[in-house]
Amino acid sequence: MSTPLSPTKKEKRWPSLVVMTLYLLFMVIPIYWLIVLSIKDNTEIMNSFSVLPQEPTLKNYRYILTDYSWYVGYINSSIYVVLNMVISLLLALPAAYAFSRYRFLGDKHVFFWFLTNRMSPGAVYVLPFFQLYSAVGLFDTHWAVAFAHCLFNVPLAIWILEGFMSGVPKEIDETAYIDGYSFPRFFITVFIPLIRSGIGVAAFFCFMFSWVELLIARTLTSTFAKPIAAAMTRTVSATGMDWGALAAAGALTLIPGAVVIWFVRNHIAKGFALGRV
Amino acid sequence: MARINLDHIRHAYGIRPSAPHDYALREVHHEWADGGAYALLGPSGCGKTTLLNIISGLVRPSEGHILFDGKDVTHLSTEERNIAQVFQFPVVYDTMTVYDNLAFPLRNRKVPEDLVATRVKHILEMLELTDRADKKARGLTADQKQKISLGRGLVRSDVNAILFDEPLTVIDPHLKWVLRSQLKQLHRQSNYTMVYVTHDQTEALTFADKVVVMYDGQIVQIGTPAELFEKPKHTFVGYFIGSPGMNVFPVDVEGRKVRIGDATLDVGFAPKIGAGQKAELGIRPEFMDIGRKGMPLSIRKVEDIGRQKIVRAELAGQAVSIVVKEGADIPADPHVTFRDEGINIYADSWRVGREA
Amino acid sequence: MGKTWNNKAWFMVLPAFIVVALSAIIPMMTVVNYSVQDTFGNNEFFWAGTDWFKEVLASERFWGALGRNFAFSVIILLIEIPLGVFIALNMPRKGWTVSLCLVVMAMPLLIPWNVVGTIFLLILRTDIGLVGYAIDSLGIPFRYVGNPRDAWITVVAMDVWHWTSLVALLAYAGLVSIPDAYYQAARIDGASRFSVFRYIQLPKMKRVLLIAFLLRFMDSFMIYTEPFVATGGGPGTSTTFLSVDLVKIAVGQFDLGPAAAMSIIYFLIILLLSWIFYTVMTRNDENA
Repeated sequence: MSTPLSPTKKEKRWPSLVVMTLYLLFMVIPIYWLIVLSIKDNTEIMNSFSVLPQEPTLKNYRYILTDYSWYVGYINSSIYVVLNMVISLLLALPAAYAFSRYRFLGDKHVFFWFLTNRMSPGAVYVLPFFQLYSAVGLFDTHWAVAFAHCLFNVPLAIWILEGFMSGVPKEIDETAYIDGYSFPRFFITVFIPLIRSGIGVAAFFCFMFSWVELLIARTLTSTFAKPIAAAMTRTVSATGMDWGALAAAGALTLIPGAVVIWFVRNHIAKGFALGRV
Repeated sequence: MARINLDHIRHAYGIRPSAPHDYALREVHHEWADGGAYALLGPSGCGKTTLLNIISGLVRPSEGHILFDGKDVTHLSTEERNIAQVFQFPVVYDTMTVYDNLAFPLRNRKVPEDLVATRVKHILEMLELTDRADKKARGLTADQKQKISLGRGLVRSDVNAILFDEPLTVIDPHLKWVLRSQLKQLHRQSNYTMVYVTHDQTEALTFADKVVVMYDGQIVQIGTPAELFEKPKHTFVGYFIGSPGMNVFPVDVEGRKVRIGDATLDVGFAPKIGAGQKAELGIRPEFMDIGRKGMPLSIRKVEDIGRQKIVRAELAGQAVSIVVKEGADIPADPHVTFRDEGINIYADSWRVGREA
Repeated sequence: MGKTWNNKAWFMVLPAFIVVALSAIIPMMTVVNYSVQDTFGNNEFFWAGTDWFKEVLASERFWGALGRNFAFSVIILLIEIPLGVFIALNMPRKGWTVSLCLVVMAMPLLIPWNVVGTIFLLILRTDIGLVGYAIDSLGIPFRYVGNPRDAWITVVAMDVWHWTSLVALLAYAGLVSIPDAYYQAARIDGASRFSVFRYIQLPKMKRVLLIAFLLRFMDSFMIYTEPFVATGGGPGTSTTFLSVDLVKIAVGQFDLGPAAAMSIIYFLIILLLSWIFYTVMTRNDENA
């Protein structure tokens, strides 16, 4: 039934408008500056200060996208992020189902233990991870980073999915069994479509963590699987800074995030409730 | 407490209505008495919620005025109209106690605390919630929460009317009738003007002094439950109220004679049917008798519903329902007669009276 | 809702359990192992008992970093939680502006953390940065490289920029779940704007705000990348947080013993505090 918001409500809208405009500006300005610098020539950056680029150039982007040691970073990062998302979801789906539907020996403790991993500082794992993955010969591979990020993403995914799954009435499972569905068939054809948005949100959060993380990714790689983030820190510490290239490299890291946000924009509000409101 | 005047009100959700069908609410022009209990009854989409929102001030009508006690309130907000409303889903302030919930509207209006205490105590007793006064509202059952939403309206002395928007939707069936009779009793005790929206005829008929039946954006009849039953002004009222609903037959009218199929009845008056208008005869299943005389009937099915039986049959090529007493005898070659007082004649779905 | 008791459910948890346990417990064992041993190289280890723990707990460096971590977490929680709620309250509820706000606000959350540091570096430098240049032109000296206060402002501003939206989006998710009837009822009851916030909006946001609070506490307490890139922990040690210091000791100096002991203490502190916050907050929840 259409219940339109009251037309008699004379609440002033402009204070909210001002607040939001200021806040969005606060969000956008740093990104704007990054992009402006990325399309400026280094001499322009250093010698003349201007809010708008005077002679916009794509030189910096061309440099990044043609230099193997730069652009391979994007490829490496994308590979381990996707690997991690897939592994995390595959592991988390059945586990979350178990937590949302059954009680079993030590369930609460295990659930809490999972979550404690999300609380452990990445810095703590730097050295042991390095040694562990070197020992098993996975050092400097995409798998190493993908698995290492599982430590944080699997618990998170279980937690998010459990919230969404608990919102699905148990009767649906029972009806499906009565209708003669086997568990795997029920899970794949009935249950997973029902928690689609939950899976989307979990994937979003896995992506979010794995894409932005630097410390562990950098520690577990040297040359072959080096993430883009690490390529950038190297430039920062170098003397005679190539600001334009740095800005362009930074701007390029925004693209995957922007694409992901675009796809989930209609689910963000609901998604951030993590199925728990 | 106020008399409510709906003065030529029309409402359309679109921008520029041109045809009558563009209006969610076609012309409504009525006066509702102070202290009355009115029920707005009709199927979904009939405009009853729109009318309720116009009264409460959530929606401003496209045309017309609304007056409380003669004062034009069309342009006033809900708060300024001093309206209380009970919603479909219970609205309580979870973190407050039951007592604080009821005191909330008074405290917001800066009523002195000793007066608040007396009013709230009184309402708690009326609602039979005294023993829960200090409990948090969140732990209550749906019907108790709904009582609190109502109580927040009752507690105020300045309320012009209390509106109910299908308030029993989330209440367990076995509690519905308890709450309904309590509501009726509360109305008698408090004497507020109450407007109750529902699509359930039982709720409407038990709660209200006057039932306002709405259909397709207009009010088709306002009347007491008895009036709606005996003299439905519109065939829709006949169908919608009563179970099973009224039987309606297309007829030919010639003076006092009305022809159904092959049979002809003398209705005792000459119904006025305009040229080109569709004439119909409506009769409730309760006003039909099965016997050996009258029009021939072919029975399809007999349903036993306790003290009565419902006979599903065919008369003049049309399905009919007839209510007969439990022990009544149904002959092998059944015929049916209509009792005079139950016969209503309709021209284009609107009732044509004897007096006309 | 009653769940059935079924120990076979363990089989569904097992794969996740094994993977997480492998990446959590084995490294943790290594850490514990190192924390109680000493080495002079050549893979020869000696039992050191609790010496490393004593050393860490006695070092000013550790307490300094821990203190800075607390200060940082307190500051950013005090800013981000109220600001996030405030922003959520002001966000539009319908129309195309909703998507605009959501998309712009979610942006910082998906930028690699080091890039966040880089962005702030680029905008705050007095020679090439928009804001740095502007402040400098106004005659206000702002030197995040040399001045500890300015370095702190930088790190805090960076975190506020980076993470306030997370709080706001969580709070917003709570707000949009409130049915219109609540607002209508509140207006009928004559509730003030503040009462609506206090009795309707805040209770509805409570669960998500608990999540926001815990996430922000944990993550701010583990902060590493952004200060590492923007200030490098300096000037001096003024923005050297536990994580920054830990990586410096473990990877930079390869002092495995103290690094391991510090890791364990660090981890326990976060675990303990999270547990305390969680119990205190959920207990209030039950009583309230």
